[in-house]
Amino acid sequence: MSTIATTNLLEVDELTVHYGKFQALKGVSVTLAPGETLGLVGESGSGKSTLGRAVLGLAEVSSGSIRYLGREISRLDRAGRRALSREIQVVFQDPYTSLNAMLSVGDILVEPLLVQGTNGAKARERVQELLDQVRLPSDAATRLPREFSGGQRQRIAIARALAINPQLIVCDEPVSALDLSTQARVIDLFIEIQERTGVAYLFISHDLAVVRAISHRVAVMSGGKIVEQGPADQVTSAPKDDYTRRLLMAAPVPDPIAQAERRRARLAQAGKVPA
Amino acid sequence: MTGYVIQRFASAMLLLLTITAVAYGLIYSGGAEVSRSILGELATDEQVAAKNVELGLDQPLPIQYGNWLANAVRGDLGRSWFSAERVSDAIASRLGVTLSIVSVAILICTVISVALGAFAAVRRGWWDRAVQIVSVIGEALPNFWVGLLLVATFAISLRLFPATGFVPLNRSPLGWLSSITLPVTALVIGGVASAAAQVRGALIDVLSRDYIRTLRARGLPENRVILRHALRNAAPAAITVLSLQFIGMIGGAVMIEKVFALPGMGTLAIDATVRGDIPVIMGVLITMALIVVVVNLFVDLANAWINPKARLA
Amino acid sequence: MSTVDLEAVTTPAVATRQGRAVLRRFLRNPLAVIASLVFLAIVLSAVFALWLAPYGANFTKLALVTAPPGEEFLLGGDGAGRDVLSRLIYAGQLTLAGSFLTVLVAAGLGVSTGLIAGYFGGWFDRFGGWMANFLIVLPGTIVLVAMFTLIGPNIIITMVVLGVLIAPNFFRLVRNLVISVRNELYVDAARVSGLSDGRIISRHILSVVRAPIIIMAASVWGIAIVVQAGLEFIGLGDPTTPTWGSMLLDAYNNIYIGRHLLLPPGLMIGLTVGALILIGNGLRDALNGEEAIMVAPRQRVKDTARAAVAVPSVPEALLEVHGLSVGYAGRDGSTKTVVRSVGFTIARGEILGLVGESGSGKTQTALSVLRLLPEGGMVTGGGIWLEGQNLAGFSDAQMQAIRGRRIGYIPQEPMSNLDPLFRVGSQLCEPLQVVGGLSRQEARDKALALLERVGIADPHRVFMSYPHQISGGMAQRVLIAGALSCDPDLLIADEPTTALDVTVQAEILDLIRDLQAERNLGVLMVTHNFGVVADLCDRVAVMRGGEIVELGPVNDIFARPQHDYTRTLLASTLEDAPVRPPLVPRPPRQQSAGAEA
Repeated sequence: MSTIATTNLLEVDELTVHYGKFQALKGVSVTLAPGETLGLVGESGSGKSTLGRAVLGLAEVSSGSIRYLGREISRLDRAGRRALSREIQVVFQDPYTSLNAMLSVGDILVEPLLVQGTNGAKARERVQELLDQVRLPSDAATRLPREFSGGQRQRIAIARALAINPQLIVCDEPVSALDLSTQARVIDLFIEIQERTGVAYLFISHDLAVVRAISHRVAVMSGGKIVEQGPADQVTSAPKDDYTRRLLMAAPVPDPIAQAERRRARLAQAGKVPA
Repeated sequence: MTGYVIQRFASAMLLLLTITAVAYGLIYSGGAEVSRSILGELATDEQVAAKNVELGLDQPLPIQYGNWLANAVRGDLGRSWFSAERVSDAIASRLGVTLSIVSVAILICTVISVALGAFAAVRRGWWDRAVQIVSVIGEALPNFWVGLLLVATFAISLRLFPATGFVPLNRSPLGWLSSITLPVTALVIGGVASAAAQVRGALIDVLSRDYIRTLRARGLPENRVILRHALRNAAPAAITVLSLQFIGMIGGAVMIEKVFALPGMGTLAIDATVRGDIPVIMGVLITMALIVVVVNLFVDLANAWINPKARLA
Repeated sequence: MSTVDLEAVTTPAVATRQGRAVLRRFLRNPLAVIASLVFLAIVLSAVFALWLAPYGANFTKLALVTAPPGEEFLLGGDGAGRDVLSRLIYAGQLTLAGSFLTVLVAAGLGVSTGLIAGYFGGWFDRFGGWMANFLIVLPGTIVLVAMFTLIGPNIIITMVVLGVLIAPNFFRLVRNLVISVRNELYVDAARVSGLSDGRIISRHILSVVRAPIIIMAASVWGIAIVVQAGLEFIGLGDPTTPTWGSMLLDAYNNIYIGRHLLLPPGLMIGLTVGALILIGNGLRDALNGEEAIMVAPRQRVKDTARAAVAVPSVPEALLEVHGLSVGYAGRDGSTKTVVRSVGFTIARGEILGLVGESGSGKTQTALSVLRLLPEGGMVTGGGIWLEGQNLAGFSDAQMQAIRGRRIGYIPQEPMSNLDPLFRVGSQLCEPLQVVGGLSRQEARDKALALLERVGIADPHRVFMSYPHQISGGMAQRVLIAGALSCDPDLLIADEPTTALDVTVQAEILDLIRDLQAERNLGVLMVTHNFGVVADLCDRVAVMRGGEIVELGPVNDIFARPQHDYTRTLLASTLEDAPVRPPLVPRPPRQQSAGAEA
């Protein structure tokens, strides 16, 4: 047995989260290794975003545990959370509301550095580095978010998450709001950054194809539970679970002949006679 | 729906109770000096003490309030300290004046501002600009000053209307109409100015909603889309605005009544205030608060009636 | 600490940057600029009254009691023989200061409590909300009149109390703004970054609430001036200092002999309050920025559409669009073109996909067929033929007869496309009765049948439900039923499955396909999803930047895309992207080395 395999970055165990009376997560367990991408896929209300928010400390945990490098982090106070912000960062779905429209891009990127006590000149230097990393022009720092397209804004959000070299980034539907061609380029950027820095991603998406392209492993969620978990290729092309299979068959493929085939298979599976 | 009504009603009662308690506490906390001011500087301490007992001012404040409340619930608001007239009678004889002006004004205001606001929102362009500019002017001018101008022009110069005074409706309908025309006009001008602009805004907002486009795509006539769907969706905003106008007019009646020398609640309040006639002030305050609470209750219920989400929640 | 001075360096720069843009737009609004200058002049004249006023405020000349405007007293003399002009200038002092005090108290109290209530919520929020309700239902003027018994003629205390009474307006404004901002993702991101509550409020929340507070302050200042004048007018003011309200009282007392006294104070109040309102409005427009486009009157849309070139149509086509251009009127009279010379045909029983990324003009094209472009949009060229009839020549009434009966429309967002105030059944029956001419009972039966046809298991329950009581997938079925209710020949579907989950999307696509086959419908399917195109469409038009770059049968386009852009788009689809190689195990960093390492 390898010693490395046992050092997980993140271990979520039997996690339960309530919103009022509604049980959003019903005993969810996942692990994440350093430098790994775990894709979380599911439909609306499946609890995938709640899991991400719980890891970030934005959703209150009812029971179960979240361990980061072996340390319990599910019930940290404000100060503990702040210390952890060096380690865990976030990229949200909507590139329009996840950046404060009133702040310049430079100010947005400086924000996490400020908290860590980085001084002025160093911080500015780091901002330039970050812009370079996400392939934005260096004069971007002085401009406002609204001067950028959706894809560029998402690059800004990625740069903000990278600012203090975290080991884990929770990505909550980060490419869902983007156009097709932009989506592919942003995913490439995510992969490239991971390969260079060794950051791990908890990558949440409703889109099996997106999750397949970026993940090492995939967990499928439905109704607050994980219904299937395994290597990306297996889960997204030969799923074992019924629900995962339905999810896979429901997504139309961009090829008329293959899609006609998939539709026939889906309708047959559902017991309906194909049209 | 019944649960919602009960809840709104209970909350309105609680509000009214708080208003009376706070008002009573504030006004009567300075009440010890009252007896002396009624009896004059020459009264002896014994006379003052006797008067205090007579007015119930010797008891602790909560007990005074309790007694007052118990009587008030039965419709007994005490007697004026100066004229010995029953407060409830004084209010009863004045309330009709204020209410007839304000309710007629709010009715006219509703009709004009909904029509004008809808017209501006639907037509847009220069009509819209005109409505906006007129509403700024109307909003900027104090209504009692507009009232003064109306008196100076139509009553004093042209002698078309009486400058002052009130004729009850049951004595002479025509006289009543003629006596309230100018005050109502003064209230309506200011009211329409701000209400029309807000109706316009609410309607423009509704007209930009997705479901309006879908209704049009179903082939429904434009009039129907606006009258049945858009106006109904804009109605909660309009009702809220108009209720605030109503409350503002009730308060503003104080000035309007002075301009036209009308014997309404406002005049009663000023007279009582100048004399320090606390039971009357208290009575006016409570009556006004009651009216406002009732109006708000109606607004809540009207909104719930319109909006299923509020009703079924 | 070094962090502190960095913040000091960056934050003002932010404020000036954003502020400058708003200021520039504000200065481009002539009405707002004039209003600001007028208001400034009024404030300055009050401040420098000592030097500006020709006489002292209480300088009396008995010969000039209620004198009309003349050489000595330019605006005449008041009821006590004092110069109206001088008093008007002096009166500005107490009026403006007193009313400003109200603004300060109301804003100070309302903003601070609103921030706390909105940001932290909990019991403070509930208590604050209750207090606000309490204060707002008090009949303000009457309370202030009653207060007179307690405190006598003290305009300062009166204005403070008025401030307290008005404070709920600020409280509600700030609280609601803060709650909406608090749920913004950038505040979550700041929290994840480890920012403290104080930092989050000062950096992210104040910047958002600042402008609305200023706008409300302008309006409250105006209200306070009017209320103060009213109280002084009814004799509850301080008789020793001149104010515009006490001057009005003087005018009232002399209304039969000195009518000229009426105008100056009233106009002065009107001018000041009007200026404040216009400043507030100007600021609001400046903040909303480019959104405030000048809206052209309706007429223009029709005229330009009529001027369209007459092109021979393809008679067998159900729909033919030829050389269609769509533009939006800008504020400066220019036109921004969003669709350029677009052309396609749809035959009966055919599904045409209109595919493109955001901003490609696909939705604009679809909406112009229905003549339902958003405000300001118009067809600037080309034509639309429905079975050989040129729709450009149709009046609005004729177009209305086309919609629903000939062309059905399925929107994108199911929940926002149902009127929230009407039951689902009523919304389905209305067009059936009004457009289709059915009786009440016939409409009801047909609506129920439609609901059943679109796959709703319990049509009676859904028929009686309000939109908020049904799910998104069900709402989309209801909308499809609505689109088909008057038996159109052509269906325009604008991203009908984008807002839905994949499994629901598959069902809705099946439904559209079945209905299309059953009724031999022509369908214009607007989508950004090539999977949807592959699933449903016979032919596809690829749009970019308002133009169609490629159009052809679906099988050809997917197999042999001709245009570079189509090729790029197809290459971007992730369905056949390679899977990542297995993870190379690596140890975690035990301690974060920080950014500089």
